[in-house]
Amino acid sequence: MNDLFALLPEYAGAHLELSLAALAIATAIAAPFGIAVTRRPRLAPALLGAAGVIQTVPSLALLALMVPLFAVVGGFTARHFGIEIRAIGAGPALVALVLYGVLPILQNTVAGLRGVDPAACEAARAVGMTPNQSLWRVELPLALPVLVAGVRTAAVWIVGTATLSTPVGATSLGNFIFSGLQTRRFAAVWLGCIASAALALAIDRAIRLLEQGLQQRRRGFVWASLALFASLVAGVALARASVAPSGTAPVVTIGAKSFTEQYVLADVMAGFIERGTGARAKTLPSLGSTVLFDALRNGEIDVYVDYSGTLWASVLQRSGAPGSRAAVLDDVRRTLAAEHGVSVVAALGFENTYALAMRAKRAAELHVETLSQLAGAAPALEIGADYEFLSRPEWRALVDAYGFAFRKSRSMDPSLMYQAAAAGEVDVISAFSTDGRIAAFDLRVLRDDRGVIPPYDAVVLVGSRLARERPDVVAQLARLAGAIDAATMQRMNAAVDQQGRAPADVAREWLDAHPD
Amino acid sequence: MAAIELDAVSKRYGDAVAVDRLSLRVEAGELLVLVGGSGSGKTTTLKMVNRLIEPDAGTIHIGGRDVCSEPAPQLRRRIGYCFQQIGLFPHLSVAENVAVTPQLLGWTPTRIRARIDELLALVELDPAKHRDRAPSELSGGQQQRVGLARALAAEPEVLLMDEPFGALDPQTRETLQERFQSIRRALNVTTLFVTHDMGEALALGDRIAVLDRGALVQLGTPAELLRNPATESVAHLVATPRRHAERVDALLRAAERPA
Repeated sequence: MNDLFALLPEYAGAHLELSLAALAIATAIAAPFGIAVTRRPRLAPALLGAAGVIQTVPSLALLALMVPLFAVVGGFTARHFGIEIRAIGAGPALVALVLYGVLPILQNTVAGLRGVDPAACEAARAVGMTPNQSLWRVELPLALPVLVAGVRTAAVWIVGTATLSTPVGATSLGNFIFSGLQTRRFAAVWLGCIASAALALAIDRAIRLLEQGLQQRRRGFVWASLALFASLVAGVALARASVAPSGTAPVVTIGAKSFTEQYVLADVMAGFIERGTGARAKTLPSLGSTVLFDALRNGEIDVYVDYSGTLWASVLQRSGAPGSRAAVLDDVRRTLAAEHGVSVVAALGFENTYALAMRAKRAAELHVETLSQLAGAAPALEIGADYEFLSRPEWRALVDAYGFAFRKSRSMDPSLMYQAAAAGEVDVISAFSTDGRIAAFDLRVLRDDRGVIPPYDAVVLVGSRLARERPDVVAQLARLAGAIDAATMQRMNAAVDQQGRAPADVAREWLDAHPD
Repeated sequence: MAAIELDAVSKRYGDAVAVDRLSLRVEAGELLVLVGGSGSGKTTTLKMVNRLIEPDAGTIHIGGRDVCSEPAPQLRRRIGYCFQQIGLFPHLSVAENVAVTPQLLGWTPTRIRARIDELLALVELDPAKHRDRAPSELSGGQQQRVGLARALAAEPEVLLMDEPFGALDPQTRETLQERFQSIRRALNVTTLFVTHDMGEALALGDRIAVLDRGALVQLGTPAELLRNPATESVAHLVATPRRHAERVDALLRAAERPA
């Protein structure tokens, strides 16, 4: 637990900062538009409609869509104005959260202004107020409670949705939730949820106090509210200070996909780099798998581990017979260097292949040992796969080669997939061959008898900036070649998934056991 | 004090004519009542004087000055306005409500404070007790007293009143009518007053203008209207209070007769 609490100031600080910034910007945008709508009713359908449409986009998708959008905009500004905009991180998260917060504030501003007693408006005109004076002295004060209710709704939405900004590379309390779900550390999930709920309530309370104070003209309330905001902001500052005691920016940013093996490897690489070169390394865990390669190519992260078969199919877009392990690795190495400026500096020494797995007992009952045999039984079976597997080229290649036609297929979180197979809720799953749960849950990996699935060597990828600026770091990483075999990886994965250990602990243990 | 002059003023809404080439003169210091049924154009006429409604045609002068010769907000600061819904600002105290127009005119705080107390006393609200109250803490009658104080606050040249006592209970209405009449006489302020209550019109008006479908039917003192009604409908209208009285009288006599 202590390792989790140690991360709390950083995560909560970043979460709060992101949320407050989004809320302030959303209010600054939505309130004036809300006022404009009531002055020019013809604008109303277009503006409220647009805000409503944004709201219907699922929040996770809205956040993820910001990344390619930012990449395009960033490319444009870099070319024409020399301004670099990062496609991952707080930028896209902030914009998505602002868009998300606009609707409730806009709607409530309009509703609040339209709900002002017409007699008060008539009186305001009759006593000689100009339209502006009427707005500021009469209409806005009377609409304030409804407007503020909208801001409070937006605050709660934004703080909650900010937990989803982890996969686009923004640090938030979602880091606890995403990594906790993947590594089955439910204490982390709980901590993330409780902390974000507490933040939401604190912000809501502070806004409510401010409103009451202004409305009832009670200075005490206004001061209390400002004190609450100030202590929240001070909390951010303190968190900042505790995170970066040395004040030096990290030199190497290490990305990780959102599963256990990737968390462990990111921590292994960070420790290995710091120990060997003294360069400060930072990990950026739980990034979306498609986000990672682009982030590496754009120089937003410097290092991450990918798998040769994945790169061969998704990035190189090869299909057909993959060939030998060495041939695929070689193809990937040469193509990435030539076309993307990305170096493959080490093959770690194990494969983590996509594999189809079943409960051993069920496989025996059905006499299924190979994928060809599985194809015969498939029409009676249900397959469960991680989010991306069913849309990956490997799956299409499998279907083409074996003619799979399952009774039903469903996507689920990879951390729940193995349990679902063990409990018999699905018959077949898309397993990762290094996952410790294959053995733990008595699952059986079915043999790819036609050799369709490409080899999946775990490889360390390095972006061009790091290769240019820190050859010493690259040389150190190259020493990881062949350092981790499949059994070691499986054991480390199991230590996290089965024994509930923290990935950082497991990584430290490996580093301690492998002195230079 | 300034006179109000309307010259061939018209207002239409689409095809409907609300006010039809109406000409009217309210003498300085006079209270002129506009009466008529719903849709007779009396409220539209009143609101065109302070340009809450802009006329389509015709001219209106106050004290010889065209109301369109200056921006509407400036004009309205020189005109007191009191209406049935009262329209006190609920987020402001009684004193702040009264102070609104003087503040817009840039009076000094000292002058405003003195004026607030003077006006509250005028409308018979104890300043010490009522100054800092919220409008919601007052009765309907007290609210309209504050409404009247607000209308008079900036020493207006003219006063426009749109059924100001229409929503009050009969007893409160009578007390306020009397109080208003004595204030008006004391200040000698030119007043245009809209009502559909003929009893109120006869009791308060120096002269009464009867409107029907946006046009003037008859203009005269209460006595003239009672003596020589111009049309059947005017006769019926001015007779309303008397009919009421007779009905009450008959009821009283019936009640007094031994069973």
